[in-house]
Amino acid sequence: MNRLTPQVILVLALIAAAIVAPFGVYPIFLMKGLCFGLFAAAFNLLLGYVGLLSFGHAMFFGFSAYITAHTAKEWGLTPELAILAGVAVATLLGAAAGWLAIRRSGIYFAMVTLAFSQMMYFVAVQAPFTHGEDGIQGVPRGHLFGLIDLSDTFAMYYFVLAVFVASLLFINRVVTSPFGQVLKAIRDNEPRAISLGYQVDRYKLLAFTLSAGLAGLAGSLKSLVFQLASLADVHWHASGEVVLMTLLGGVGTIFGPTAGAFLVVAIQNYFSEAGSWVTIIQGMIFVVCVLLFRSGMIGVLAPWLKRRGLTG
Amino acid sequence: MMTIFGIPTQALFGQLLLGLINGAFYAMLSLGLALIFGLLNIVNFSHGALYMMGAFVAWLLLTYLGAGYWLALIIAPLAVAVFGIICERFLLSRLYKLDHLYGLLLTFGLALVIEGLFRQLYGISGMPYAVPKELQGGWNLGFMYLPIYRGWVVVASLVLCLGSWLLIEKTKLGAYLRAATENATLVQAFGINVPMMVTLTYGFGVALAAIAGVLAAPIYSVNPLMGSNLIIVVFAVVVIGGMGSILGAVITGFLLGLVEGLTKVFYPEAASTVIFVVMAIVLLIKPAGLFGKRS
Repeated sequence: MNRLTPQVILVLALIAAAIVAPFGVYPIFLMKGLCFGLFAAAFNLLLGYVGLLSFGHAMFFGFSAYITAHTAKEWGLTPELAILAGVAVATLLGAAAGWLAIRRSGIYFAMVTLAFSQMMYFVAVQAPFTHGEDGIQGVPRGHLFGLIDLSDTFAMYYFVLAVFVASLLFINRVVTSPFGQVLKAIRDNEPRAISLGYQVDRYKLLAFTLSAGLAGLAGSLKSLVFQLASLADVHWHASGEVVLMTLLGGVGTIFGPTAGAFLVVAIQNYFSEAGSWVTIIQGMIFVVCVLLFRSGMIGVLAPWLKRRGLTG
Repeated sequence: MMTIFGIPTQALFGQLLLGLINGAFYAMLSLGLALIFGLLNIVNFSHGALYMMGAFVAWLLLTYLGAGYWLALIIAPLAVAVFGIICERFLLSRLYKLDHLYGLLLTFGLALVIEGLFRQLYGISGMPYAVPKELQGGWNLGFMYLPIYRGWVVVASLVLCLGSWLLIEKTKLGAYLRAATENATLVQAFGINVPMMVTLTYGFGVALAAIAGVLAAPIYSVNPLMGSNLIIVVFAVVVIGGMGSILGAVITGFLLGLVEGLTKVFYPEAASTVIFVVMAIVLLIKPAGLFGKRS
């Protein structure tokens, strides 16, 4: 990272663009994109680098949002503590669900995670603290570390951006570490990884738990940005959306999921008045992506950039 | 009033019957899923949406053409099967050489499109569909009151499931099908048109889902969301039973319906989650599923 390689320049340019962006673009939209971008990046850690398709990531996202909203509103925790509480719960939930789900692989893994997330949805419908259909509304953003007033939109934006960048750096660190290499080995050839002596289940569980915790972080941020935690966050639609974002952006790339997230969020905003059209369009994008663009936007763009000598 | 464990028998058997009916739908849908998975290696996420389409076709036939229940029971599965076959030929068939996960994602997208279209056209409030007059009323069995239509649903589902099982296990066509599930290339080498069989199997599985939809129309309201709520539970059923065995899928479906019904009597708060809890326990004890083969 010492040399100014084209990648580093690209990343710095993106960060610079993100810093000036709220002066030109509606900040709430940007924050929504960043939250879902982080959610998709967390999901991609599992799908892109371990090859496990989780169809239940909404449970971590949604429950973390509930916990953060509840602790910030009812217990009066400061935002950083409320987020920590949310992430802790999501991580624990991830460890439990992952421990059960990794007993099956492939298609069954997807169904098991979907089923657990539906169970957590019903728990959220019934548990009193989630306030059922109303959700937890009017969550106070509070003062970060007791100092920075997050009710200021710009302060909130830069806080979200900082968390997002730190998380993406963390994910990048994980997938380039020896641990990440083992994950990719498991993805590419699990029997071989086993025969090399790796305890595959431990790696899978750790990756699942990390992914769940990061998805939880995204949910916590989202509940502070919108000051709302609701059933929509735990619904299977949210699990499907994060799959769509990742697929659309590019599975197994660092920036793909975020690009996909921004595109999906933009579609949602654009068609927000048009009833079910968002669902229909999302479904069609799914079909088109699976049939034609299995490598996603980044997968299509990266070779093009490479030809132009922009990336190494 | 008679009671068992302090629960009035009327309530107990009433809930058990409801459980049995839910089980009938789980069984029909998981049977179709297992059949399709066996031959196509695709977990059909759109199965719930196709079940919903079956119910909607019945409702549309009645509303716009005045065609009644019995006609719908024949036309709806055919219409939905044709739709399914078109999807299979033009979309799914491009994925057979890829990872199974792509099939799941594609059918998930299809489910979103179908559900979204029906929601856009008909809203989410749900349409009533009257019980056909031949099946109205009920019998008082002494220990409980049995609405005739509900009895019919359970019987019809049992007949369909057993019929499918006999078709697959005892006929020559079924033997081809089982052989193609084991090794499609070899079966094709014997001169059997495997792609045709794949398409027809998909159509058959889809038709089963549509029949389930028509059967469900008079019990639940005809609603664009009726399928997606059901399909996730059916996935859990399939994980519990394992997709290796047709009979296993049917038995698991009915059993879990009953478990759900019993939970409604004794601990209603857990009724919506009990199947998922059972799934967790099965994953702990027998990860391959009750009837699954260890792969």
